[in-house]
Amino acid sequence: MSEYPITDSDQEEAPIEPMLLPLNGWHRDQGGRMVEFAGYMMPVQYDVAGGGIMAEHLWTRENAGLFDVSHMGQLLVTGEEDAQTDIEPALEAALPIDLSTLKLGAVRYSLLLDENGGILDDLMVSRWPGGFYIVVNGATKWDDIGTLREYLPDDVTLNHLDDRALLALQGPKAFAALERVAEGEYPLSALTFMKGGRFTLGGVDAWISRSGYTGEDGFEISIPGEAAATVADLLLAQPEVKPIGLGARDSLRLEAGLPLYGHDMDPERGPVEAGLAFGVNKRRRLEGGFPGAERVQRDFAEGTAQKRIGLKLDGRQAAREGAKVFHGEQEVGVVTSGGFSPSLQHPIAMAYVDAAVAADGTALSIEIRGKKLDAIVAAMPFVPNRYHR
Amino acid sequence: MTRYFSQEHEWIEIEGDLGTVGITDYAQGQLGDITFVDLPEAGATFGKGDSVAVVDSVKAASDVYTPVSGAIAEANGALADEPELVNTQAETGGWLFRITLSKASELGALMDEAAYKQYVESL
Repeated sequence: MSEYPITDSDQEEAPIEPMLLPLNGWHRDQGGRMVEFAGYMMPVQYDVAGGGIMAEHLWTRENAGLFDVSHMGQLLVTGEEDAQTDIEPALEAALPIDLSTLKLGAVRYSLLLDENGGILDDLMVSRWPGGFYIVVNGATKWDDIGTLREYLPDDVTLNHLDDRALLALQGPKAFAALERVAEGEYPLSALTFMKGGRFTLGGVDAWISRSGYTGEDGFEISIPGEAAATVADLLLAQPEVKPIGLGARDSLRLEAGLPLYGHDMDPERGPVEAGLAFGVNKRRRLEGGFPGAERVQRDFAEGTAQKRIGLKLDGRQAAREGAKVFHGEQEVGVVTSGGFSPSLQHPIAMAYVDAAVAADGTALSIEIRGKKLDAIVAAMPFVPNRYHR
Repeated sequence: MTRYFSQEHEWIEIEGDLGTVGITDYAQGQLGDITFVDLPEAGATFGKGDSVAVVDSVKAASDVYTPVSGAIAEANGALADEPELVNTQAETGGWLFRITLSKASELGALMDEAAYKQYVESL
């Protein structure tokens, strides 16, 4: 047998010797099956009773899953004390985000675009006291740092917080589990979706935001790397919590309709066709003044040739990245992510297709190993989001 | 009946000129939860090493190669509704297809159970 890995494009960019993250040993102790991903050794699943992608996926949808996402880049943009006001225009020159409406503690999704409006990465920006905290994808973080530094003046500092770990606790019982151990100036319930604040977990300082990549209520937790195992142990000791690997992270985000960088978006695609126009805030879209503004404004006005859509398939055979999509005999697009949905028990996929056949309910087909399988354009998310707004 | 194993983690059990082929328990463990199996049509002929079936897991799709040349006699119809049999009964009820051998001498290149066990331990 030979396997087609789902992470091939990430592996191409990875250095020869994978790096180890703070929880490497912790994952092995939990039975994690370690694979190379984005240049790091990461658990794809846990080989224990109740482990495996399917079980981990369903556990997260019903309870709380603990994910290690320390491969992602955590960045902090700060200014010298008298240069606070320079940070915002500098960051707005780099990102199509409206920082004037981003309140202290708030988290917002944005995009890093190239000069042609192609997507270099997607990211999360939070306003912290004294600066902006940005989380970017693991495989792209080195390029992102270089790109962002080009835009930032000398008195604005971009720090890569590579001494920090990042955990995600996701699922309908994530709040109950985390509330039991989180201490802060205000209760954890003060955080609603896309809000963050400082807490301590077992005495460890943590920046916690109510956000995630599963479609569930949940939290992302930034902590010092040397304390990561302490915090992971504390969370795992809660009865609602099990460790969840990258495999279920991928199937959960696919059900939630959330695109994955390098697969469902890349420099060939712009924010409008990717369905990520909300990553370009309205004032910025109207005023321009960010990389790729011309293309984004044109796409908004004129529409795009293709659109990112969801597809539901009958039967059990999954469509994978790269499979061609047809409308009758005509090739109309390509699958960018696909798999069997553990929650829905049928295959789902994301694809880019011609705008004329992108409407929900349109009957298409996907070519898999020489056969054409029926597929229907379906609204995303495939599984309803349960964010705590 | 004699059972042989391939380096690609297929097993084949021989009865006369008929071989029953599946993936090993080690292989199913590596693949994880199996959600679909794409099986060959009866009558189709293949050469040794050809991709004959595809096993889909939540994570990925994997080719299954035939360890011998021959014609497909039968595919395991039970897998259409219960692909998870490949996980739970990889080396028994989760067999994939039966093939009528056209070159029995090809079996000589395969491993016996002890050699396969040693091979897996070396991985």
